[in-house]
Amino acid sequence: MVGELVFYMLAVAAVGTAIGMLASRNAVHSALFLAANFVTIALLYLNLGAPLIAFTQITVYAGAIMVLFLFVVMLLGGESLPVSPLVKNRRAIAGLLAVVLMAELVLVLLRQSSLLPGLDTASASFGAPREVGVLLFSRYVLPFEITSVILLAAMVGAIVLTKSDQTVSRLTPRLPKGNADGTGH
Amino acid sequence: MEPVINYLLLSGVLFSLGVLGVLMRRNAIVVFMSLELMFNAANLAFITFARMYSALDGQVFVFFVMAVAAAEVAVGLALMVAIFRSRRSIDMDQLNSMKG
Repeated sequence: MVGELVFYMLAVAAVGTAIGMLASRNAVHSALFLAANFVTIALLYLNLGAPLIAFTQITVYAGAIMVLFLFVVMLLGGESLPVSPLVKNRRAIAGLLAVVLMAELVLVLLRQSSLLPGLDTASASFGAPREVGVLLFSRYVLPFEITSVILLAAMVGAIVLTKSDQTVSRLTPRLPKGNADGTGH
Repeated sequence: MEPVINYLLLSGVLFSLGVLGVLMRRNAIVVFMSLELMFNAANLAFITFARMYSALDGQVFVFFVMAVAAAEVAVGLALMVAIFRSRRSIDMDQLNSMKG
């Protein structure tokens, strides 16, 4: 089966890049592994009959978000953590908890697996941009509009958070003389 | 006819790896990347269920998750830059007090 072979190759690539991201010492390498992971997931979407989402994934995640990550990594410098860690045996505890979670997820899914139907061939227009667009602008038009407000709020928030104190004091109106330190006493 | 369980298991494994990254790494930027990995695992499950039920609603949900994730990354990385300015560090272990 070609389809299953494609799936297993993509699954190995996805898990491998995820582990590579976690194991890299260098934050830039982590970011590049994550970009490879995003592209792999996009190919899985394509395999699942979601071409629009697949290409949105590549442009938004592997494109825009990764550039943002790399920009901040370059801006703040690489990983240099000289101070001793707060929690001893962090790696062991984290690994144990993650393994327990993974085992839980796998067990729950395997117990339910008999209830899940198989994937039969979808109709040709399933996941086509037109179909998704019609749904987005009919049933989900209110969430769509709310999303635009969220993006605006995030943009304003990011600008305010990264503005230096100097710019803030230049933009705020001056206080009257004698009260210039702003304490009010 | 491909079994759905493969995709769901992959999604679960990727989600657990994301949790591992959040718990294990001390660099706040890599913790953020692990969060993105968890978002992607959830999206993969959404797309799988959309295909399973032949309902496009799952794909629309993924669309919204992507938009919200983009907003979250923008604000989160801006917070990171602001924290780095005041602390000169983005080590998660040193961010243990609310006082600037």
